[in-house]
Amino acid sequence: MRHIRQLEDQSVYILREAYKHFDNLGMLWSMGKDSTVLLWLARKAFFGHVPFPLLHVDTSYKIPAMIEYRDRLAREWRLNLVVGQNKKALAEEMNHERGRVECCTALKTNGLKLLLEEKGYTGIILGVRADEESTRAKERYFSPRDKNNDWDFRDQPPELWDQFKTSFPPGTHIRIHPLLDWTEINIWEYIKLENIPFMDLYLDRGDGTRYRSLGCAPCTFPIKSTASTVDEIIEELRATNVAERAGRAQDEGRGMEVLRKDGYM
Amino acid sequence: MATCKTETSAAVDIRDRMNIVIVGSVDHGKSTLLGRLYADTGTLPEGKIEKIQAICKQQGKEFEYAFLFDAFLEEQQQGVTIDTARTFFQWAGRQYIIIDAPGHKEFLKNMVSGAARAEAALLLIDALEGVRDQSKRHGLLLSMLGVKQVTVVVNKMDLVDYRQDTFALIEKEYRAFLSQLDVTPQFVIPASAKRGDNIATPSPHMAWHTGPTVLESLAQFSSESEKGEQPLRFPLQDVYKFDARRILTGRITSGRLKVGDQVIFSPSNKSAVVQTLEAFNVEPPPTQALAGQSVGITLDEQIFVERGEVLSHESSLPLVSTTFRANLFWLGRRPLEMDKLYLVRLATHEVECRVAAIHRIVDADNLSLDQQQTNAVVKRNEVADVTIQAKAPLAFDLYSDLETTGRFVLVDEYDVSGGGIITEMVADREETLRVEARQRDFAWVQGDVTLADRAKHYGHRAALVLLIGPDTTGKTFLAKKVESMLVAEGRHVYMLDPENLRRGLDADLQDEDARETIRRYGEVARLLIDTGVLLISTTNSFNPSTGLRAGLPADQVVEAIRTLVHPAPVLTVYMSQETTLSPIEADLSFTGPEDFTRTTHDVLAALKQKGILAETIGNQPVFQFSI
Ligand SMILES: Nc1nc2c(ncn2[C@@H]2O[C@H](COP(=O)(O)OP(=O)(O)OP(=O)(O)O)[C@@H](O)[C@H]2O)c(=O)[nH]1
Ligand SMILES: [Mg+2]
Repeated sequence: MRHIRQLEDQSVYILREAYKHFDNLGMLWSMGKDSTVLLWLARKAFFGHVPFPLLHVDTSYKIPAMIEYRDRLAREWRLNLVVGQNKKALAEEMNHERGRVECCTALKTNGLKLLLEEKGYTGIILGVRADEESTRAKERYFSPRDKNNDWDFRDQPPELWDQFKTSFPPGTHIRIHPLLDWTEINIWEYIKLENIPFMDLYLDRGDGTRYRSLGCAPCTFPIKSTASTVDEIIEELRATNVAERAGRAQDEGRGMEVLRKDGYM
Repeated sequence: MATCKTETSAAVDIRDRMNIVIVGSVDHGKSTLLGRLYADTGTLPEGKIEKIQAICKQQGKEFEYAFLFDAFLEEQQQGVTIDTARTFFQWAGRQYIIIDAPGHKEFLKNMVSGAARAEAALLLIDALEGVRDQSKRHGLLLSMLGVKQVTVVVNKMDLVDYRQDTFALIEKEYRAFLSQLDVTPQFVIPASAKRGDNIATPSPHMAWHTGPTVLESLAQFSSESEKGEQPLRFPLQDVYKFDARRILTGRITSGRLKVGDQVIFSPSNKSAVVQTLEAFNVEPPPTQALAGQSVGITLDEQIFVERGEVLSHESSLPLVSTTFRANLFWLGRRPLEMDKLYLVRLATHEVECRVAAIHRIVDADNLSLDQQQTNAVVKRNEVADVTIQAKAPLAFDLYSDLETTGRFVLVDEYDVSGGGIITEMVADREETLRVEARQRDFAWVQGDVTLADRAKHYGHRAALVLLIGPDTTGKTFLAKKVESMLVAEGRHVYMLDPENLRRGLDADLQDEDARETIRRYGEVARLLIDTGVLLISTTNSFNPSTGLRAGLPADQVVEAIRTLVHPAPVLTVYMSQETTLSPIEADLSFTGPEDFTRTTHDVLAALKQKGILAETIGNQPVFQFSI
């Protein structure tokens, strides 16, 4: 498990750098396996404490069990939970039938944008991984976003060794990505190693299906699987050729590229 | 095309992990080689090849393996990699991140960002084009970035009819180049990424090649590091006080740290014993930690230490100076200029600095030629031999001794804009005094009352306020007022006039002994500061006009004193009649003050702002901790 500890050391270092340099810092938490591992790493980095708020951009379409899980951990781990929502778009009945990219843009990208504006966060920590899809593969650990939240991938600043971009002009913010080097398998290996509580939607609970990634209910689908323990998940992932986000509708065509240039997670 | 799993691929337990970067000149086939490697080992996700086929067809192109990782529309349209991509590859028990770097010189900053994350590199050379400018520049940068393991791939052998003599010429030329950098390639492999020769399977067209395929060569890179056996370096990242524990955190960059170790902090010269290693969800708690680990420690006593200091054992201390010589590569939008202010970041230490000299620009094409030109600037993408001078002393190592504490970056405005490796420590003017102060501090015998106890008791940190400026500007008058006002508040303050040492401690000295006079004053100040006192002093005695006939300029006086009382904070106050420019960058400046009550308040406010004075007595002053 040495390779997992190496990943952990790097992520902890990044989290501590973020905490040192950003006065107004928040961490996105979607209750999925990745951002929950990220949350656990924060508890590692800060010795059982989480010294910044956890932000949940609530699309209102999440699976209800996720909200229960969120509130339970928030209580047990004494988290400062901040929930944001694009109420206007929801009032105008935004949903995935209007188009998936449109829906994601309104409820997630713009939901996040609104939360950033309201709270003035200058640094936000996200659990994206480089192996998820090909635009994330090109991210920096510390990635600047301009006034409009846009990502200028054509001109990313240099990132040398463990020296990250921690200063930025007013009005802009930095996205911090401590999990870039982790694979989906590494996430599960770590969950097992540290015994991190996770949602049982990831396991087969008897009907021969499980969720491989959790998003909004209408746009994520369970996969056929009989994995009912973490070990079985790891075994299954080692043997598969199917990408994790294969079940996600936004990833079709250039969907993610368009979304992420615009400030999507 | 293989899209099904082959037997040796994934389903093996992982022994270790490694980051590898693929570099080389533009269009030499880096992305293609990577795509081919994945395709021929059956490690691509299902449907990926079909997706790329569709894109190529739509653009009316032949199938391009490069598109697997050149994901952006702009990259595919122009057939060029713009930014690095992390790709994940698992083979024979090792988890690799293979970083595909761009070769175009326009995107050198991205290549450097990718290579800086790598432990080993594949360097590609196009067999038809041969060794290009960027082939050499990338080789040079790899060696500066600390990537010592390199395998060279001579690609596109299909375009030269797989001829061994063409290959041999390129191999010879590039080996000669690398040898000047002290790099020996592990292998030089002839290949064709497009046709799959010597990528995952041996080529039938090049039976003359007896070495490994590219895939086989990966396993030959070593991920074992000897860093654990090197001297301990632990750059302090932050200090936390979330609960009863005061935890010092950071990442060990070399060596090992054990509970019970006596450690020295540089450049503050403080020392303490490691009491515990702290960790969350680890039972029993660890008793030692190694290079690479992010750790937290508590100490046996509460000493003031700040981010940027480097912990080591006393038997192998880092170097300390304001000045060093380095090889630097510059990636900034604007050229690097002399006399402009930058930030130097070395491990976790960040200090303002200037470039004191640009000795030469290194020509990647002709490394050995020592051109004696003087340069005013270092342009983007150039490599130069420079001297950097920081505004405060830094703890560091030579790159040849310890990698991580031997390198640094320069920050220009908001961006990391260049990086470098330290080749030489330059002794600055304070070197002699600094060595004296270090030795004195290491041997210092202390009672049970710590500086922190004293600070709490008196409501301020021990510090020095130095009043400088021409004669008869009211410095002594102000010193007296500050002293009275603070004592009235109940603080522990003392006005020390250097004149008081002249007939006593300095009775054996001549007027010519300016340096010694200042040294003795500095040692007295250091002693008093250790009692927890806030010391106020004028510097008239050291001025040529009023005191010593052979006095020193004010900036040198201040620097010498600062070195001797280091790391106690020094507040400098410049006073003058007219608007003469201060010879030093003073914290406060007053011109012909008339209202000394206001001036006194200004000094007090500055002391509070610097975190020296607590708001009220009995309160802990504000230290530079995270919370
Ligand atoms: N004939 C032949 N063509 C090749 C070979 N390898 C790559 N190419 C072609 O060379 C062109 C450039 O290949 P890329 O893989 O994009 O080159 P690159 O080194 O990644 O380029 P940058 O990332 O932009 O620096 C493409 O059209 C490839 O098809 C080879 O072995 N033989
Ligand atoms: Mg490329």
